[in-house]
Amino acid sequence: MERVLDPPVLQRHRDTPLSLGVAFVVMVVLLIAAPFLVYPVFLMKALCFALFACAFNLLIGYVGLASFGHAMFFGWASYLTAYAAKTGSLSIPYWFGHTMWFVIGFPPQSPEIAILIGAVTAAILGYITGIIAIRRQGIYFAMITLALSQMLYFFALQAKFTGGEDGIQGVPRGRLFGVLDLNAEMTMYSFVLIVVLAGFLLIYRIINSPFGEVLKAIRENEPRAISLGYKTERYKLAAFVLSATLAGVAGSLKALVFQLASLTDVHWTMSGDVLLMTLLGGLGTVFGPVVGAFVVIAMQNYLAPFGQWVLVIQGAIFVVCVLVFRRGIVGELARILRVRL
Amino acid sequence: MFEIFGIPSQALFGQLLLGLINGSFYALLSLGLAVIFGMLNIINFTHGAQYMMGAFAAYLLLQHIGIGYWEALIIAPILIGATGIVIERVFLQHLRKLDPLYGLLLTFGLGLVIEGLFRNYYGSSGLPYQVPDALRGGRNLGFMFLPNYRAWVIVLSLVVCFATWFGIERTRLGSYLRAATENPVLVRAFGINVPRMVTLTYGFGVGLAALAGVMAAPIYNVSPQMGSDLIIVVFAVVVIGGMGSIMGAIVTGFLLGIVEGLTKVFYPEASNTVIFVIMAIVLLIRPAGMFGRHA
Repeated sequence: MERVLDPPVLQRHRDTPLSLGVAFVVMVVLLIAAPFLVYPVFLMKALCFALFACAFNLLIGYVGLASFGHAMFFGWASYLTAYAAKTGSLSIPYWFGHTMWFVIGFPPQSPEIAILIGAVTAAILGYITGIIAIRRQGIYFAMITLALSQMLYFFALQAKFTGGEDGIQGVPRGRLFGVLDLNAEMTMYSFVLIVVLAGFLLIYRIINSPFGEVLKAIRENEPRAISLGYKTERYKLAAFVLSATLAGVAGSLKALVFQLASLTDVHWTMSGDVLLMTLLGGLGTVFGPVVGAFVVIAMQNYLAPFGQWVLVIQGAIFVVCVLVFRRGIVGELARILRVRL
Repeated sequence: MFEIFGIPSQALFGQLLLGLINGSFYALLSLGLAVIFGMLNIINFTHGAQYMMGAFAAYLLLQHIGIGYWEALIIAPILIGATGIVIERVFLQHLRKLDPLYGLLLTFGLGLVIEGLFRNYYGSSGLPYQVPDALRGGRNLGFMFLPNYRAWVIVLSLVVCFATWFGIERTRLGSYLRAATENPVLVRAFGINVPRMVTLTYGFGVGLAALAGVMAAPIYNVSPQMGSDLIIVVFAVVVIGGMGSIMGAIVTGFLLGIVEGLTKVFYPEASNTVIFVIMAIVLLIRPAGMFGRHA
């Protein structure tokens, strides 16, 4: 049986980390040069989604858990960041419905604190939903995460502070550490680039740590990992929370870039988008999610005038990827070049 | 007119009825998902789109050929079931040797394609579909008003669900199906054409979704996105019931519809989310689901 996430290339060429270093340098150089050639807001959007997709890939590519609900982390972090940066006072839901919000008065927060709040939100949400979702595997896991994220979509729709259909608009970007004015496009771009690269490196570090090796062992053969004495549930939960947190950072950044948090970010279509990016770029590859994110965002950008055709094309890409292109762009490239990417 | 827990009986039973209606659709759809999952080991993410196609088939048959509700009730599931058979032959049969996650991704993509195409041609607004003449009006039961069409939906759904259950659990063909689910290789050795059975099973499951779509057309508006939100709730229903048993899918579907209806009466804010909350609680207490075997 061919497994989802086992591009054979990775096993054969494990001894060439040089290709990864070269690819990383190329990526960084391209991203530094890019804002002089391409519209920076587009690049920042693509970067946010690149981080989102990398966080998602940590789970599907290295643990083999396909989440259909990552929009909840992305979207809720984005809401909380937007709210913290704009209004400040902290609203904590302690039961559902719009009537029950625990509010602590704070002044509007600076961007780094706002992002931190978004990340913490995503981490807590990841912990709670993770405990529920990791009780089942495979397709059940996908259905459970999808259902939970739909629940959180309805919470966002009903909660007062999210602004319902309008979302939270006019979020101030503010001054980073009270010094750097993020309203300047290039400063904002540099900030986004640094955060995304840091997230990228962190994920790379995680998958190459002893912890990451255990994750891969769980992906390959969970019963065997259990028999070796690993508490696989804990590892899976930890990976889930890490993935959720980084997805949250991506959502927080996006809220600041667009100065907007809206229902689109928590809707299940967002989970579908990030899945598409990862699949198209290459499941379980280091650079795949980044490439996938840029391709999908560019496609959405250029095809926007064609309305609903975007949905049709995205669906068609899913079908084609599954039938004939399971390694994705970067996976195929790695196979042709016979290197690890 | 009387009151129960301070709530007028009309409102209470009205919502209960709505709950039962929703439950009818949950049961039909989760039944289809369970049947497909049993044979193909695939969660059919296209199910919502196929439900929507059923409703559209009824609408288009009426608009363009003048074929009414009663004929559509038969023709639409056959038509959409046939498209399901094509999908199984063209796409799904190639996935049999792969990880089940690929089936999920492929059917998810197909759902997007179908929904996108329908949105392109019919926009996002709902199209009306009339209740058939014979089922117009309703009757007063004393404690509530019962529209005839809604009663019909509940009865038909129950009949179809139990016929399916009977077909799978109590007939010879059903025993082949169950045997092929357990061990396809052995069943093939007995000279039974398992791949064809798999194809027809998928067609049947899709037909059930389309039937639900036709039944839903006069109640909800016919619109391209009518399936996508519903199917997520149905997934939660499936997780709660567990996919191990046909009867489990039916009972859970109706039960959760009723719970949802009651929530609308007593705590309307939570009516959208109550099924998901129940799912979370069930997973914490009984991870395999109420009727499920552990996957």
